[in-house]
Amino acid sequence: MAQSLDRFKESPSQTAGPYVHIGLTPNFCGIGGVYPADLGASMVNDKTQGERIGLEIRVLDGTGTPLRDALIEIWQADAKGLYNSPAELRGAADPDFLGWGRCPSDMETGLCTFQTIKPGRVPFRDGRLMAPHVSLWIVARGINIGLHTRLYFFDEAKANAEDPILARIEQRVRVPTLIAERKGDSYIFDVHLQGEKETVFFDS
Amino acid sequence: MPEPGSNRMPETGAFFQRDRTWHPPVLTPDYKTSVLRSPQKALLAFDNTASELTGPVFGHAMLGELDNDLIHNFARPGESAIGERIIVYGRVLDERGKGVPGALLEFWQANSGGRYRHKKDGYLAPLDPNFGGCGRTITGEDGGYAFRTVKPGPYPWPNGPNDWRPSHIHFSIFGHAFAQRLITQMYFEGDPLIWHCPIVRGIRDRAAIETLIAALDMQATIPMDARAYKFDIVLRGWRASLFENRPEGN
Repeated sequence: MAQSLDRFKESPSQTAGPYVHIGLTPNFCGIGGVYPADLGASMVNDKTQGERIGLEIRVLDGTGTPLRDALIEIWQADAKGLYNSPAELRGAADPDFLGWGRCPSDMETGLCTFQTIKPGRVPFRDGRLMAPHVSLWIVARGINIGLHTRLYFFDEAKANAEDPILARIEQRVRVPTLIAERKGDSYIFDVHLQGEKETVFFDS
Repeated sequence: MPEPGSNRMPETGAFFQRDRTWHPPVLTPDYKTSVLRSPQKALLAFDNTASELTGPVFGHAMLGELDNDLIHNFARPGESAIGERIIVYGRVLDERGKGVPGALLEFWQANSGGRYRHKKDGYLAPLDPNFGGCGRTITGEDGGYAFRTVKPGPYPWPNGPNDWRPSHIHFSIFGHAFAQRLITQMYFEGDPLIWHCPIVRGIRDRAAIETLIAALDMQATIPMDARAYKFDIVLRGWRASLFENRPEGN
């Protein structure tokens, strides 16, 4: 036997279950009067800098059926590429943009809609710029551990082509699973949990 | 940037790799819903970038007075929820054993009869008009937290013909970084249903399951009022970088 490393193990994940709304978006599921508003329901105000965009995201199961009980959280940089976080050491982010949002799937259509801004570019570990992107974290009944991926933008072809994370995807045919299409002022993004079009999920 | 007046430097290194043999795998067929909702291809692995190392901060100012009191936060004035009164307390730590201050905890649960206040829950046990089932708090400087609630009841669920969930409280935890984001469930010491549950049994290692079972703590119990359960939560820790040169300094 050698000495103990004296480290703890991360608490094991358990599914968010079908009633995740009660805890994370109580107003959405009719539990009013406990919190004034659901956290993460609104991301921008009049003073937020940057181009206003919408994100319309669905999560689809192995049969292509949209999940109507999922919950998505997004995390992104501001218009200048700065995160509103104490761990952001490159400068102060836009004080009118937290950069975090939370949305449950519509119980009929499965659609999650975010009103946000287009993020700026953030440097990779070696200083190269990553393409503009939004980080996604997806939980639902039947998902044992939250799924992490990114949404990139269709109209950023040049930046996407030099993005160090997209470059790591060995099967190039899978790259489009991370790229949202543009429709008017919104970007459309389908997350496929399984199948030929299975989204690239991350271990990071 | 650190909060004004704070001399605590933020942690900025990468995180320990997630031990995915300790977590439940994505596909656990005895939990049927996982079958069509589990990714089948390999995950794309990469060391954390700024997008994973950063995360939002939620200030104590957003908390209401009753946010950590599920016995009263949905109850009519002068009334309270029905059930076994308990206090749940503990610390949020990282894998290096350091307390995580400022972590947002959100919790939700069934009422004492095992019924959720949710239109998708059709269990015949009644709703409690004085119980909503949600609460939240933010950890203090040492990572400590506490809240008051009633012990949730076990309930049947449509998985197998006769599957029952053990009593449990759902926890959502925000550490300091997006990479630390975690949702889990807390179980209660001594509950025999824990070892029958297909969701719990998705975790392969018995020692891992035991870390999700809160201990009855008679020393923290308030006499003639509420029993106490201790539940510590561990988030991913920052990798030590003893000889790593970072642009911002080690």
